[in-house]
Amino acid sequence: MAKTIIKIEDLKRSFVMGEETIHALKGVSFSIEEGEFVTIMGSSGSGKSSLLNILGCLDQPTSGVYDIDTVVVKQQSKKELAKIRNEKIGFIFQSYNLLPKTTAIENVKLPLMYNTKYDSEEMDALALASLEKVNLSNRLHHTPAQLSGGQQQRVAIARSLVNNPVVILADEATGNLDTRTSYEIMALFQELNKQGKTIVFVTHEPDIATFSSRTIVLKDGHIIKDSPNTNILSAAEALAALGKEDE
Amino acid sequence: MRILNLFKIAWRAIILNKVRTLLTMLGIIIGVASVIAMLAIGEGSKESIKSKISSMGSNMITVRPGADMRGGVRLDPSAMQTLTLGDYEALKTQTKMLSAVSPLVNGSGQSIYGAHNWPTSIYGITSAYLKIKVWEVKTGSIFTDQEIKSAAKVAVIGQTVATNLFPNEDPIGKMIRFNSIPFKVIGVLEKKGESTFGQDQDDVILAPYTTVQKRILAQEYLESIVASSVSEEKSQQAVDEVTSILRERHKITGDKEDDFNVFSMEEMISTFSSTSEMLTILLVAIAGISLLVGGIGIMNIMYVSVKERTREIGLRLAVGGKDTDILMQFLIEAIMISVTGGIIGVSLGLGTTLFIEKVLHWPTAVTSYSIVISFLVCAITGIFFGWYPAKKAASLDPITALRYE
Ligand SMILES: Nc1ncnc2c1ncn2[C@@H]1O[C@H](COP(=O)(O)OP(=O)(O)O)[C@@H](O)[C@H]1O
Ligand SMILES: [Mg+2]
Repeated sequence: MAKTIIKIEDLKRSFVMGEETIHALKGVSFSIEEGEFVTIMGSSGSGKSSLLNILGCLDQPTSGVYDIDTVVVKQQSKKELAKIRNEKIGFIFQSYNLLPKTTAIENVKLPLMYNTKYDSEEMDALALASLEKVNLSNRLHHTPAQLSGGQQQRVAIARSLVNNPVVILADEATGNLDTRTSYEIMALFQELNKQGKTIVFVTHEPDIATFSSRTIVLKDGHIIKDSPNTNILSAAEALAALGKEDE
Repeated sequence: MRILNLFKIAWRAIILNKVRTLLTMLGIIIGVASVIAMLAIGEGSKESIKSKISSMGSNMITVRPGADMRGGVRLDPSAMQTLTLGDYEALKTQTKMLSAVSPLVNGSGQSIYGAHNWPTSIYGITSAYLKIKVWEVKTGSIFTDQEIKSAAKVAVIGQTVATNLFPNEDPIGKMIRFNSIPFKVIGVLEKKGESTFGQDQDDVILAPYTTVQKRILAQEYLESIVASSVSEEKSQQAVDEVTSILRERHKITGDKEDDFNVFSMEEMISTFSSTSEMLTILLVAIAGISLLVGGIGIMNIMYVSVKERTREIGLRLAVGGKDTDILMQFLIEAIMISVTGGIIGVSLGLGTTLFIEKVLHWPTAVTSYSIVISFLVCAITGIFFGWYPAKKAASLDPITALRYE
């Protein structure tokens, strides 16, 4: 049996805003095994980001259980949460969040800078390997301003890979990209998943979900559907088909 | 996180904002540069006053008639006539702490040689006077004891008198007149320059005190008695000894006030040092205020910087940066700005000091403690004014920070 990477039980998150309380998550439970490629779907405001932020240890649930890689997140201090983010999680954002005026390789190194384990040479080697995985070894010293949106997101993916995390969490990672570039990115995720990476991918676009192995659908803070994908499409093939249409 | 990484991160932030960083540093730079220059000027003038006073004879002790005049109290003329030749003789024979003693009477008037005339002063002294003042005769010689005893009309003249009365002649052996009394020039003094008080010490005619008393002033009392203590360290003992001898001679007992006043060069040096010290403190206080303003400038910019880089902070937290890492990053950045400002400020201060010394010819002296203190103050300024913005950055919530537009 595969190892359980993420386990949540009856997870709730509410935001108090003055008089009213917004219940963004109203009791969510699921487990994710090693090697899964899960899409979390749902319309805007359904609670996807709230869930992913908790999974990424950026936020704490109001109630419920969350274990990552057998570590009980609830009992951790602020410092230990930072350590979990640093060593177990790779986070990818819709707006890339690269440091401006900073080269690709420096951006990728960032998580390693916060880990005492690595010296300068190891950091360079790991960052380089990571950028090779996203096919950007020819753009090491380009700054974000010198890269296209797709390339910037690939730098961000390389950054999320560099610490060899147990799970990659992506929040609308293709949201700022056109269809073609989105498929390129999805092909990359599929490739990484094939190599064994566990991926949780948040999107509101149904066609993106078809590239994953399992889809969880959220609505108003509840899971309304959680099912394995029987017909997983290949993003690389979809990309090739796009090419034909263009001709 | 390795501390070296924090330095790298902070350094990058500085490099990416060169102009702004430089402008932020400006307050610190000006503050430190002025501290360094002000202290150098203060210290320089103190040293120059000290050395000028010392050149007047650092062992010198002066006895003046009347009570302590440094308080500015005016005295009636009779009180100014309390010093006598007897006092001089007593000091000469009874003291152990004095290596030389000379009476001094002086007057001013017109000196004439041929068609040249020159207003100057005449000092009636013994040859011990030159030893006390650390002064040499350049050509000719000083008068003998025999000449003093006989009140001979001989004179040794200062450089200024020599150049004014004898523009193209050798003064030795010539007859001059001072207030119509003829004197034979037997020596010319070497140049002594200006005194601390800006007085031309070479504008003087020295003659036997007997001659000046009898022929020029027609007075019995002395203007002052000058003496040299056996050593600089013994000068206070010498002052005490002179005081007790004179009190006894003047029959002043108990806590009655002296009718004379003895002071050493040592005292003068300390009086002047303390005035210039106060000036230095004032200058440094002004410079310190500009450092404070510089520090506030750093705080201001750090606040702006934290605000601008909110998303960056969010990202750093998201990839595993701890709040202490963020705090340290901004703190190190502030310290780097202030210390770099300090380095530039010290260099600028040294440059300014050099300019003042070479171009304006003011005496300066750079002290190492002023440089050390400047650096310390800079580092402390950085920590103090960087702390709150850094604390603010470290307390940001990662999600809110990442969402910040
Ligand atoms: N920090 C917050 N404060 C208050 N309300 C929030 C906050 N974050 C999210 N919400 C609310 O929670 C709900 C779910 O938001 P979110 O998880 O961002 O949805 P999604 O990512 O699916 O669009 C929304 O109604 C949103 O307004
Ligand atoms: Mg969202």
